[in-house]
Amino acid sequence: MIQRETVIPVPYRRSEFTRAWRRFRRYRPGLFGLCFIVALVIMAVIPDLLSPHSHIYIFRGMRGAPPSWSHPLGFDHIGRDMLSRTIWGSRVALIVGLLATGISVVVGVTIGAASGYLGGRVDAALSRLVDTLMAFPVLVLLITLSAVLGPSLVTVVVIIGVTGWAQYARVVRADVLSLREREYTLAARAAGAGDARIIFRHILPNVMGPVIVLASLGIGGIIILESALSFLGLGVQPPTASWGGMLSDGRAFILIYPQIAIAPGVMISLTVLAFNLLGDGLRDALDPRQKDVSLDR
Amino acid sequence: MLRYLASRLMQGSVVILLVSIGTFSMMHLIPGDPVDLMVGEAQVTQEQLDMIRKKWGFDRPVHEQYFTWVANMARGDFGQSVVRTGVPVRNMISEAAVVTAKLNLLAFFISIAIALPMGIVAAVRRYSGFDYAIMVFSTLGLALPNFWIGLMLIVLFSLLLGWLPPFGLPSWQGYVMPVAVIVANQTALLARMMRASTIEGIGEDYVRTARAKGLTEGIVVSRHVVRNALLPVVTVIGYRIAFLLSGTIVIENVFALPGLGQLFIESVNRVDYQVVQAIVFVLSVLVVLGNLLTDLVYGYIDPRIRIG
Repeated sequence: MIQRETVIPVPYRRSEFTRAWRRFRRYRPGLFGLCFIVALVIMAVIPDLLSPHSHIYIFRGMRGAPPSWSHPLGFDHIGRDMLSRTIWGSRVALIVGLLATGISVVVGVTIGAASGYLGGRVDAALSRLVDTLMAFPVLVLLITLSAVLGPSLVTVVVIIGVTGWAQYARVVRADVLSLREREYTLAARAAGAGDARIIFRHILPNVMGPVIVLASLGIGGIIILESALSFLGLGVQPPTASWGGMLSDGRAFILIYPQIAIAPGVMISLTVLAFNLLGDGLRDALDPRQKDVSLDR
Repeated sequence: MLRYLASRLMQGSVVILLVSIGTFSMMHLIPGDPVDLMVGEAQVTQEQLDMIRKKWGFDRPVHEQYFTWVANMARGDFGQSVVRTGVPVRNMISEAAVVTAKLNLLAFFISIAIALPMGIVAAVRRYSGFDYAIMVFSTLGLALPNFWIGLMLIVLFSLLLGWLPPFGLPSWQGYVMPVAVIVANQTALLARMMRASTIEGIGEDYVRTARAKGLTEGIVVSRHVVRNALLPVVTVIGYRIAFLLSGTIVIENVFALPGLGQLFIESVNRVDYQVVQAIVFVLSVLVVLGNLLTDLVYGYIDPRIRIG
């Protein structure tokens, strides 16, 4: 058993990574997505250093004032600096996008793997659970849950994460069903490996490619969901700056101060675009057999 | 076919049962007693409170409340609104559903009519300028949040040009912008799928055979490529029709349209139990039925599904 470990050539893994990176690099839009996301992460980590003013300070007498040199994006409806709020808004978008996706991936992979590997009654029960979850229209479900639990950043992350795992479970289940029957799984079993070892060392590494692709394509959708919730007043609460919440103010004052609705929308669009392009690039790099399936729900 | 039908029906009803339990328990987790909300600031005695509880059935055990609710729902009786007393929930829902249905069906037919030809032409002329333009359009269409597109349309057509009403339904013109927003979104998705599906079809052996036996390119594409390429797209269309009714909540909110989405948000904010419960349940059942129907149609037009 111990000797089998040494049979796996270590450098092979790195070359696998290098090959994936080479394939990824060929897709220019994917590189753009990656660069934009890196910039966004920096913005979200140190917004206080990057923004010219405080994001919650109210400048008196500047309600909805137009852009000027020191305030390039103007002011919002109560006189806060739009540029600073837009920069701070990246934090909420990234936190929700990444954490909620993380929760969904962990739950979905676990349930999908259990469902596909164990089969039988467990599979039937879990599959109905997945069907049920998919039968609830996402936004309706999120709005209800957010109202029930009381809207906040934590609520938003948890409810999006906990309701979004079904698609991962479906993909992983289908892959595990076929991987379970592969020769190398049989070989591992013949060599005396237990279920846990087979799942974690032989099956899960092989489903991670599609899962990573699905996750990177899903983050954009989650950021849109988060901003939709905040737009409806059921997401992150003021005075925290979130792009969806800013758009909500923008809607309320659209006929008086239309400029409030522009910058946050541009940022949401660019961010979602960046994650979608990254996902496309990753699909080319990690999962060449997968077709162009749009995962929008 | 019969076995396939039976098994899908069976699965569908289990899901609907689970959906009803899910909806019911979700609503009963809401903090705050509906009776307190009803009474509000009014001075009432404990006796009166008990009477109200009894009248609405809040005094009975939860599982009994559940069974009564399910039985009523099955008969199409959605109960009375607790907050807006006197109005049957069914009337509220059916009134709002008309607006939402008009909005969505209109948008849906328009987007199918635009998206499918767009996808097919893009695939046949792959790598052409047209193909490139379609891909850029659909990539943007999937990335821009539809409620933001809506806001920008309001700025352009209501504020700057003054052509269309920004909010509500003063006339048929109120439908123009919301429909346009949904069409943009749907078209982006469907055109992309149709393109991918057609490209795959073009590479098939039977297409090469059709060309080899001398059919014109037009006939090869229309008879051999498109007919098969439509299959996966039809499924997606079917699955999405059911979701459409609920997918427009935010759009209805942007344009202040008196549809299901608005009714839903309003009821959530006013903790109007019965209405929220009824809407969530009805929409979920629609999704299940829509999926079931799509599966059956798909099983019918593509024998590989029901046999395999």
